[in-house]
Amino acid sequence: MAIELPDNVITTKLDELASWCRKNSLWPMPFATACCGIELMATGASRHDLSRFGAEVFRFSPRQCDLMIVAGRVVMKMLPVLQRIWQQMHEPKWCISMGACASTGGVFDTYCVVQGIDRFIPVDMYIPGCPPRPEQLIQAIIDLQDKIQREGTLGGREFCTASRQETPRPLVELPVLGSLPLSRTTGPGREIQP
Amino acid sequence: MTTLDEITAAVTSRFSEVQGSQFRGQSRLMVPAEQLLETARYLKQEQSFDMLIDITCVDYLHYRGATDRFGLVVLLANTTESLRLTLRVMLNEPRPTVSSLTSLWQGANWLEREVWDMFGIHFEGHPDLRRILLPEAFTTHPLRKDYPLQGHGERHNFPVIRRADA
Repeated sequence: MAIELPDNVITTKLDELASWCRKNSLWPMPFATACCGIELMATGASRHDLSRFGAEVFRFSPRQCDLMIVAGRVVMKMLPVLQRIWQQMHEPKWCISMGACASTGGVFDTYCVVQGIDRFIPVDMYIPGCPPRPEQLIQAIIDLQDKIQREGTLGGREFCTASRQETPRPLVELPVLGSLPLSRTTGPGREIQP
Repeated sequence: MTTLDEITAAVTSRFSEVQGSQFRGQSRLMVPAEQLLETARYLKQEQSFDMLIDITCVDYLHYRGATDRFGLVVLLANTTESLRLTLRVMLNEPRPTVSSLTSLWQGANWLEREVWDMFGIHFEGHPDLRRILLPEAFTTHPLRKDYPLQGHGERHNFPVIRRADA
């Protein structure tokens, strides 16, 4: 007969093993909208060589990725796209906000630029810089690997009550853009299924 | 070989309300809004201004000494004789309206959509006048000077996705 062990012994070890596997084979999704994307490309290229840390397999389909790297400013017309891509990625998944623009809007404090993507999607790592050096991105990925190993993938939901997302955002009452039905810009036959 | 002075004289004699002026070698015609289409057609068909360079607009709200709200700018070029001409049309609230130039130049289509998007100028006769840059649900025209630089909060008006939702 099998020896009865407490449940937590097995699950903890399995989670640790799974985290160790996952942290060493991150598949980044490059969401590069601006000059940070150039540094992101340099990070993946031979000189800085992200493959030394097991995260070199950039895929352009969110279905195949588990790490989204948002590199560059996100405008209000791009944010629904960003949210859709984030939702299309499978769990477990992580997000790196690369550079000043993705983290805070940077110098672009205008009516159409989102002032930090963490207001609308969860973010695990922030990288300062304009743009950050490839070494900084590599350091962020190493830190994210530590975080994955330390916190596991089952409990990695610590940002769900982040205070930054709790505060009400709109200054005036307006229709929520993402919830409106897609109108004439989406032609016949191009309706997006949720 | 015609010169811009001859063209300006020809236009102002044919359209009595059009005024011509020059500044640093560049010619400009002040055109009333209701005569823009006729003037542009004359310039295209009789004076060989065959190319529409750009259509843009200026908001003169709070501008020193300004009497009109909007100044529409139409830049034309005569490619055979290398001439350039600027048309200015002054427009006012509550409904700044001008006739569309799409019947003369197809390229005016997107240019006029951009001016409509950013300034809210109505182009009568435009085949497809809707926003070109901003989302269609946007409610105002942000390059007007009475629109605040940081907007009315449209940029933060999206649903929030949390870890627990995914």
